[in-house]
Amino acid sequence: MTPELLYWQALNRAMDIEMAADEAVFTLGEDVGLYGGSYRVTEGLYAKYGEWRVRDTPISENGFTGLGVGAALLGTRPVVEIMTINFMLLALDSIINAAAKIPFMSGGQFKMPLVVRVPGGVARQLGAQHAQRLEHTLMNVPGLRIAVPSTPQDAYWQLRQAIASDEPIILLEHELLYFSKGPVDLLADPPPMHRAVRRREGQDLTIVSYSRHALLSQEAAAELAGEGIEAEVIDLRSLKPIDWDTCANSLDKTHRLLVVEEDCRFAGAGAEIASTLAERCFYSLDAPVRRLAGLDIPTPYNGKLERATIPQVPDIVAAARALCRPETGAKAA
Amino acid sequence: MERDTLHRLLRDMLLSRAFEERAAEEYGKGNIAGFLHLYPGEEAVGAGVINAAGPADYVVSAYREHAHALVRGTPARNVMAELFGRADGMSGGMGGSMHMFDATRRFMGGYAIVGESCPIAVGIAYVVAMRRGAEAVICFFGDGAVNQGTFHESLNMAALWRLPLLFVCENNHYAIGTEIHRHSAVVEVYKRAAAYNVPAERVDGMDVLAVHEATRRALERIRSGGGPQFIEAETYRYRGHSMADPGTYRPAVEVKAYEACDPIVAAIREVEYRYPTQAELAAVGPDNIARLTAHMVEAGHAAESEVEEIRKEVNAVVEDAVQFALQSPQPDMGTAWAHLNCNRRHEVLV
Repeated sequence: MTPELLYWQALNRAMDIEMAADEAVFTLGEDVGLYGGSYRVTEGLYAKYGEWRVRDTPISENGFTGLGVGAALLGTRPVVEIMTINFMLLALDSIINAAAKIPFMSGGQFKMPLVVRVPGGVARQLGAQHAQRLEHTLMNVPGLRIAVPSTPQDAYWQLRQAIASDEPIILLEHELLYFSKGPVDLLADPPPMHRAVRRREGQDLTIVSYSRHALLSQEAAAELAGEGIEAEVIDLRSLKPIDWDTCANSLDKTHRLLVVEEDCRFAGAGAEIASTLAERCFYSLDAPVRRLAGLDIPTPYNGKLERATIPQVPDIVAAARALCRPETGAKAA
Repeated sequence: MERDTLHRLLRDMLLSRAFEERAAEEYGKGNIAGFLHLYPGEEAVGAGVINAAGPADYVVSAYREHAHALVRGTPARNVMAELFGRADGMSGGMGGSMHMFDATRRFMGGYAIVGESCPIAVGIAYVVAMRRGAEAVICFFGDGAVNQGTFHESLNMAALWRLPLLFVCENNHYAIGTEIHRHSAVVEVYKRAAAYNVPAERVDGMDVLAVHEATRRALERIRSGGGPQFIEAETYRYRGHSMADPGTYRPAVEVKAYEACDPIVAAIREVEYRYPTQAELAAVGPDNIARLTAHMVEAGHAAESEVEEIRKEVNAVVEDAVQFALQSPQPDMGTAWAHLNCNRRHEVLV
């Protein structure tokens, strides 16, 4: 029997295993030590590995992320936790100007085995400054890799793979997923870190999504099946690089593409996904590519309005229906 | 001070000066492009600090760092070839003037975002401390950097965890075109370190012996567990901020005063800032290099003829560097991609 773990527990296990295996692995960030991590990911590690390897930092995001960059130059494997992606904006100098550039601009003299873990996404009524999705900002930076695990199993695998890699990797964790539960096989061989996975098979349309919205897309697909529409759901698992082959192979079969994301629509991650697949798969498409994304508005505090700004399951269902049955006059919400 | 050390300091300063003057010339010829920040005037700082460090110590620099690399021991050929953007440049032609790296000499890079060298140096020092190593980390930055958040974040973290880190502020009094009295509420930079309980001192950055001695003592304190230390070296660049900057915002009399250095400098350093008068200028003394040579000749460490020999020797080194750079091939896109992916193992990504 594969044990079931919560998402945060899966991350915690991954950290523990990597830290036990290699002294070069250490973690730092706000409240990761004594407090145990804002989402409990580093729980128990401080007691086990001590303060030098589980370092509580001052509230200095750019400073301590830069610390991680410097530490990586010496061959250690720092895992920097930034409390939320909103605070990562303060650390973009260290991530974009330093971590992503040093291996290249040193002429290949230095590797950058840095992992930056960032909770993000729209959670529940945290207000505009705590409910952002900034994947598009990171996707546009050569030299970075970005993983977006949606399940505890992927969280476990991808964090371990990120730590083992010599490249700078951003792990975007969704705040609403930390307490989601799922089977985690601790011993199974993982798929390649950036390979997309088909979560559900279908032949009528392909829904490409990632992170929490990959799960919502699966819920929508179950509803659509009740109407006789079989949606294939692809969870990208990674935003850089993107596994285009898996998406294209699916489109060869379904001929329809719906991209679902929580990110704001304008120049968001979905824009890249939709345009690349439209370029590549134009001749297998039976309908224009459709994007379903967050509204271009700061996230309102009000709960009802907050939900209205990001795609919900009924929105995905409606968009899929409109894409598959335009003749019925079905409209996307 | 030992004769050998004095000779090394003098040679490093002369080499730095000759290298930079030649770089300016090559820039004019079109062999070097982009931003080129030159070091003349500040040689005593780089030579004094880096010569006091050991080979195992780490150096993190900013974007006026050619001379730092030279003093650290990177061959002039590879430094010049980097300025030329060639394949034999110390960063393979990918970095340029502001991004020089030499892993074998623990020269951990030049960084062109003001204040960025600080947290990176903190990270290196953190790992040294975590491993209980005996190395020290030297972090260079200018007076413009001390108003960045990273500077303060770094001082705080270094002091909090007692990291083996020497902060060296090369205070040349100008953040590009803005004089320090117009960009800093506290112009005595070293005093800022007190806010973080970091021992700090100000040295005459035009006096290489003073810089060397202050660094030696600071590194000694670091190695005996004293935690981070701070040196403010007051210096001056004779040229503009970069080749794109003629430096016209600075009064000619001030430039002249610094070129001539002491005793006019004393007037400039007064808290109530004022430009030196012509009368003060009349009492000009020798510049940073001339000061050292005069000292060495007077003390019998070197004859005038020996100094001339060193000048000739470094000029030959620079000439050779230029010829080498001219011959070095241009890097290709294949190499550029390889550098981007230098940290990719054989892992299958998708």
